[in-house]
Amino acid sequence: MRRTLSVVRSSFRFHLKATLKSSATIMFMVIVPIVYATIAFFMYRGGANEVAVVWIAVAAGIMGLWSTTLAGSGMALQRERWAGTLELLFASPPPFAAVLLGVALATSATGLYSLVATLFWGWAFFHMPLHLAHPVWFAVAVPATVLALGLFGLLLAATFILYRQTFALVNLFEYPVWLITGLLVPLSLLPGWVQPIAWLIAPTWGIKAIHAATTGGSPGGYLAAAGALALASFGAGVLCLRYFETLARRRASLSLT
Amino acid sequence: MNSLRVFFLGGLTSFRALFGWVSPWIYIPTLVIAPLFQILLFAYIGRTTGVGSDKFFVVGNALQYASIPCLFAMTNTIAGERYENTLAYILVSPAGRISIFLGRALPVVVNGAFVAALSLLLGGLVLSVHVPAGSLAPLAFVVFVTAYSCTGLGLISAGLGLRIRETAVLANVLFGVLLIFTGANVPLHTLPEWMQTISGWLPITHGIEAARRVADGASLADVSGLVAKEAALGTAFAVLGFGLIRFMEREARRRASIEVA
Repeated sequence: MRRTLSVVRSSFRFHLKATLKSSATIMFMVIVPIVYATIAFFMYRGGANEVAVVWIAVAAGIMGLWSTTLAGSGMALQRERWAGTLELLFASPPPFAAVLLGVALATSATGLYSLVATLFWGWAFFHMPLHLAHPVWFAVAVPATVLALGLFGLLLAATFILYRQTFALVNLFEYPVWLITGLLVPLSLLPGWVQPIAWLIAPTWGIKAIHAATTGGSPGGYLAAAGALALASFGAGVLCLRYFETLARRRASLSLT
Repeated sequence: MNSLRVFFLGGLTSFRALFGWVSPWIYIPTLVIAPLFQILLFAYIGRTTGVGSDKFFVVGNALQYASIPCLFAMTNTIAGERYENTLAYILVSPAGRISIFLGRALPVVVNGAFVAALSLLLGGLVLSVHVPAGSLAPLAFVVFVTAYSCTGLGLISAGLGLRIRETAVLANVLFGVLLIFTGANVPLHTLPEWMQTISGWLPITHGIEAARRVADGASLADVSGLVAKEAALGTAFAVLGFGLIRFMEREARRRASIEVA
């Protein structure tokens, strides 16, 4: 167990450092949420109160967090495949899930840039007050949501293993999750069948927790739901990885799939 | 004759190679489903905020989404050659540069117009947006001119892509700028004055305005001024982009940096 955790930690640190070396990646993480935050600020202008304005900035930051997690985790296997290192990682003694978990957590953690950037953007250009209803809960809810996103990212990375055109799926999943997790649109406005789907996704509850911490409410229950679903994502991700690993070894198609 | 062959066949071949992603597994998620979700996201935000009707967002986002195929494809058909180590072969060939580079733009324009038109259709069907039957042909023309104009900006992006390594980030930034400034989601008159000034000089802005008026029943003659501005901007961007590509080519030859950027 200690060795596995050590692999997760090393993978996390290595991937975090590698990502932060890329100015283009950081630029992407900062600019994309700022674009959506700017549009949201203009669209909500006049109709939004002070609390709603803070939430718009936080929501746009979370949109960036999701984009980063999706792009980072979704492409994690593909990058290793392109670099010719996927076989080495699979053949090495540590469980591959531990390596991938470190990568997934690192990508969602780097997405925090998005959150900081949009908060700064809202404060500097849209006179957004930096007032949070429950700052302590906010400080707990944000890392918890990052963790939930990371574990959800592991599941995504595992299921993307058999799909060569991963980036197409990465593009596809960006908007739907922004929409169904209720970031900028109340879930009650969406068709009824969308809500059960949203409830099954860990980030939905993490976002609800951050919303409650930002605008006022009780984030505890939401955090518990996010944690439970994140653990379920992790379990499903590990099972998928084991199955796909066996499949790829049997077919000798690891670098080809 | 040979120049025409390079223009049409070379452009088409390059585009098909680019769409190693012509596979439906890439085309459908990226260029059919994703724009529909962009439309839905903003239409629902619009319903929450009361900024505009569903038609406002369907037309705005469908036309703005033409920028994805136009910017990314145009950038990659040229700058992507460097990653495949084929740029040098193209640049040493005796074929005319207009045929080589502008020939690649033609399929991009057609594809961009198709993506925007399909997004209009699907978005309209899902959100039950009504457009008069008589407006469909003028609307198709406006969509085509908008795709043409955006491809002009794509040529500039392609030129920059011969120097900048992270072309995907560059195209994403341009996409974001167009999303904010073209009035796809925020009515132009609500933007600060300096932003409205920039909007007037960007592709897609006039196309969206013309398409919205046509979708409301205006004739092509009513929006001819807007369409002419859109076409003129596209031509200006294309000329600038072509000049930039030639400049980058000369610089790359001078510095022996064609494949290193």
